[in-house]
Parts: sequence; structure tokens; C-alpha cells
Amino acid sequence: MYAQMVDTGTKRLKTLEEMSPEERDFQEKVDAETKIEAKNWMPDAYRKTLVRQISQHAHSEIVGMLPEGNWVTRAPTLKRKLQLMAKIQDEAGHGLYLYSAMETLGADRDDEIQKLHDGKAKYSSIFNYPTLNWADMGAVGWLVDGAAIVNQVVLQRTSYGPYSRAMVRICKEESFHQRQGYQILLDLMREGTQAQKDMVQDAINRLWWPSLMMFGPHDDESPNSQQSMVWKIKRKSNDELRQMFIDQTIPQLEFLGCTVPDPDLKWNEETGHYDFGAINWKEFYDVLNGNGPCNHERIATRRKAIDEGAWVREAAVAYAAKQKHRAAEAA
Amino acid sequence: MTQQHALQEYLLRLADSGMILAQRLSELVGKAPALEEELASTNVALDLIGQARNWHEYAAELMDDGRDADKLVFLRDTHEYRNLLMVEQPNEDYAVTMARQFFFDVWHYFTLKSLVNASDERIANIAAKAVKEATYHLRRSSEWVKRMGDGTEESHRRIQDAFNLLWRFTGELVTPDDTDHAMFKAGIGPDPEQLKQDWFGMVREVAAQATLTTGEEDAWMYMGGKRGEHTEHLGHILAEMQFLPRAYPDATTW
Repeated sequence: MYAQMVDTGTKRLKTLEEMSPEERDFQEKVDAETKIEAKNWMPDAYRKTLVRQISQHAHSEIVGMLPEGNWVTRAPTLKRKLQLMAKIQDEAGHGLYLYSAMETLGADRDDEIQKLHDGKAKYSSIFNYPTLNWADMGAVGWLVDGAAIVNQVVLQRTSYGPYSRAMVRICKEESFHQRQGYQILLDLMREGTQAQKDMVQDAINRLWWPSLMMFGPHDDESPNSQQSMVWKIKRKSNDELRQMFIDQTIPQLEFLGCTVPDPDLKWNEETGHYDFGAINWKEFYDVLNGNGPCNHERIATRRKAIDEGAWVREAAVAYAAKQKHRAAEAA
Repeated sequence: MTQQHALQEYLLRLADSGMILAQRLSELVGKAPALEEELASTNVALDLIGQARNWHEYAAELMDDGRDADKLVFLRDTHEYRNLLMVEQPNEDYAVTMARQFFFDVWHYFTLKSLVNASDERIANIAAKAVKEATYHLRRSSEWVKRMGDGTEESHRRIQDAFNLLWRFTGELVTPDDTDHAMFKAGIGPDPEQLKQDWFGMVREVAAQATLTTGEEDAWMYMGGKRGEHTEHLGHILAEMQFLPRAYPDATTW
């Protein structure tokens, strides 16, 4: 889940009777699973919520390059270096299509990026955690991309057409990343030395709880979810998605021969799901509010890249203008 | 020098130059001046690593001492590396990154174009694929040199400074040594005189379009990479790149 706590700007849901004819027509389309396209009428709050959600998602892809970028110069084999670079490149590509989907709503990529750099826009809390050993490159792929997929598979059916189509493409690549990440861990656990196996367990210990936090607060603490569900921007609740993720991940964890740092985790015959311990929500809100281990560094790095690249982008614009002018004179 | 030894040396130059340049580019991941550049720069790095792996594999087979491409990359020290000094120079600003890329790409393109016709079939095959990639790399870096040179006042100043800064490393690209001569004689490597003419021809042409000046051909040149005498930078590059295999020598898989 790359978008957490997206504000919908609504206090309560309107009934069909309270809606204007346009709103009612819109809501009926959504209810009938007809995709909303850029040229269709949509409530202002729907448009703003989508811009917030898609931009958060795009920012997450871009900031998400950094924890993996931290190991790209130290990847231990040629194969792993190629894989890691290609994965990070895919994330830059996802950022590009998401910003494009967002621009169909009348928002501007540069403006939204500026909000990120000013600390006014969010991105997924998970990317504010450091990557401390090589096995993190496996664990990020397996857990973080894994958690993202659980959410994004559902978002392929989201009501806004351009977002839904971007999700279809992104999901294919994310599934590939997740398998690749798991394979890194599996190879280390099967054929690695004790030191390498210890890296894997250490990576899982650090990333397990933050991965569960990716799904956002409990449903009763998530005031905006209800409106997003009615608009079908969101299709399943935070707690439902978190449970799906845990249920599918624990068998994979056991296959690795690793554990998660949760003494309360156990299979519940009755519910057919895993029970799990309490999430440290204080930590979640701290990270969301800028007080995670790497919040400062992540934004500083992105801001520096864009600020120091300003002259490069300006040169490209100036050159293109000169070329156009010359072509016009020659004609 | 036997021809086999010359061939190994020559393969290591190609392999190590691509690898070290890709390593420099990988430092920029997540830090490029625009998202589109993030994609383009990573493409170049991925191509170069792929090519380097092909050259290293061939070199490893000829050496036949139990090492493979990974061992050559991750377990040799600086004096055993044969890359051009140009590619180990730091990224600095994007003008230096792009000038370094452009000077290298011109050399790489003409070298590969000639290697396509090498009498050694393995080399000809690797070069045939690589030259297509290098053609794109050269088009991209030439375009950027022109955009920067003929862009804004600031971009012009920066790229001209970058040309001036890196000029002293260009001599090594076009000054042949015994290995280069041996490879030419064996019908493998390019004609050193032709390579030099082609390199200067293209660099001057692009520089003129970019409103930039280049240094003199007979300027003092810093050389040594091809014989394993590097700048101080390479040791730091390797310390970072080789950290895991060196720190965990018992590991047989990653």
C-alpha cells in the first residue's frame, strides 16, 4: 500500500437523495462499475482525493528508489547488480506513469513534487526505514513489494480509468519484483553461510512490523476510508488487506525457515486466518509525521537531486527553444 | 608479449572500462536531474554491465585459472584493473558526468564498430550486439553535450568546464600501446591511427555544434589505466563495489 491515510475532504457520506443530478449520475456509474474517465464530470472532492492518492503513490515509487539505491553500488554479483538496477528503473517508470495518470486530473507533476519536497505531501512510511544489510534487498522485494501488490491487485478495479490501467501494468512488474526478492532470501537460506542466514533473519525482524503498517491504521481509525470505498477508489479496508497479506506471507516465511518478531502470531482454526500481535501505532504516526529513521535523508536526497538538476532541465528547454526558432527561420 | 596475453589484456580493457563506468552511473540511482534521465542513465549502465560480463567471461576462459566473470570483477585489486582512467573519474555535476560519457561513447562506438569485423568470431559477435547499444549511448550523450553547450549561460559554462577538466584523460583513449598495436596486427582491434582520427573528428564536430572548445591534441595527458596504474579514485570505487564478496569470503552464493 503506497498511499496511507488519504484525506477525502468529506465529513459524512451523502445519500443519493442529497446529491445533485450530476453527482447522482456519477455515483450510479461508479456503482455500476463503469470506469470514470478524465473527460467525465466528477465531484471536486473525488478529483482532489484521487490527485492526493495517486501523487502519494507516485512519490512512494520515487522515494522508494532510495532504500534500494543504497545497496546498488554494493550488490555482490553481476546478476544481482543487474536485477537491482532494473528493479529500481521499473520504479522510476511506475512513478512516471502514475504522475501521468495524475495529470489527467488537471494536476501538475512539478507542483506535486514541490509539495513532497516541502514536506506537504506524504509517501509510504516504509521508505523511511533504513536498509542495513544486503538481505534487505530480498526482504524489501518480498515484503514491501508483496504488501504493495495486495493493495494494488485490488486497485486494478479502482473506479478511475487511468489509475486502474496504470495499476494493471504496475502489478505485473511488482509481482516479478516480489518473486525476485523472495528468491534472494531463499538462495541465502538454502545455500548461504550462517552469517548470510543471520542477515536474512535480521532483515525480516526489522521490516516485518513496518510492512504491516503499510496498510494504514485500523478501520475504525481510518475516517476517510468510507468515502473512498463508496467512490471505489479504495476497494477493501485496511484491516482486510493487512489480514490477506499476513495470511499469504506466513507460509512463505515458514518455507524460508525464518520467523517474525511477533510472539502472538498463530494460526486460528476458527477464523481461518492468522492472529497477530498489536501494532505499535505510535511508531506509525511518528514516522508519518516526519519522525522516522530516514525521513530527513530521503526528502533531502530527492530535493537535492531536483534542485541541483534545475540547470540541466533549463538547458534542455533553452536548447529546444533555440532549435525551434532556427527551424522557423530556415523555413 | 604473446598474442594470447595481448588478447586477455585487451578484453580486460573493454570489460573493466564498461564495468567501472556503470559503477559510477549506479551511484546516481535515485539522484538524476529528472525522472526521464533516471531511466536513460540506468539503461546505459545496464547495457555496459551486460557487455562487461560478456568480455569478462571471454577473458576468464582464456585465463583458465578457475576465475569467472564475477571473480574478475569482485576480487581483483586496482593494479589488476585495466579500465581507462576517464571512466573512474567522479560524477561531480551532470556536466562532468555527461562529458565523461560523451568522450567514452565516441571511443566506444568507433572501437566496437571496428570489432564487429574482428577475425576472432567471439569478439565480433559480442561487438555486433554492443555496437547497437553504444550507438544509442553516443546519440544520447552527444545530444546532451549540445543541449548544455548551446542551452543557457550556466549550462554552457558548466559543460565547457567539464570538457576542460576531463581533457587530460582523453589521450589514453586514442594513444596506442603495444597491446593496441598487437591487436590491430592480429586483425582484431581497430587501426590506432584511424581510431584517433575518428575520435577527434566526431568530438570536434559535436563540440562545434555545441559552441564548445576542445583542448589540443598534443596537450599533456594523464595515462596509465590500461597498464594498471590508476588515479586514487579506483581504490575507493572497488572498496565499495567489492565490499560483500571481500567481507564474506566463505560465501559461495548471493
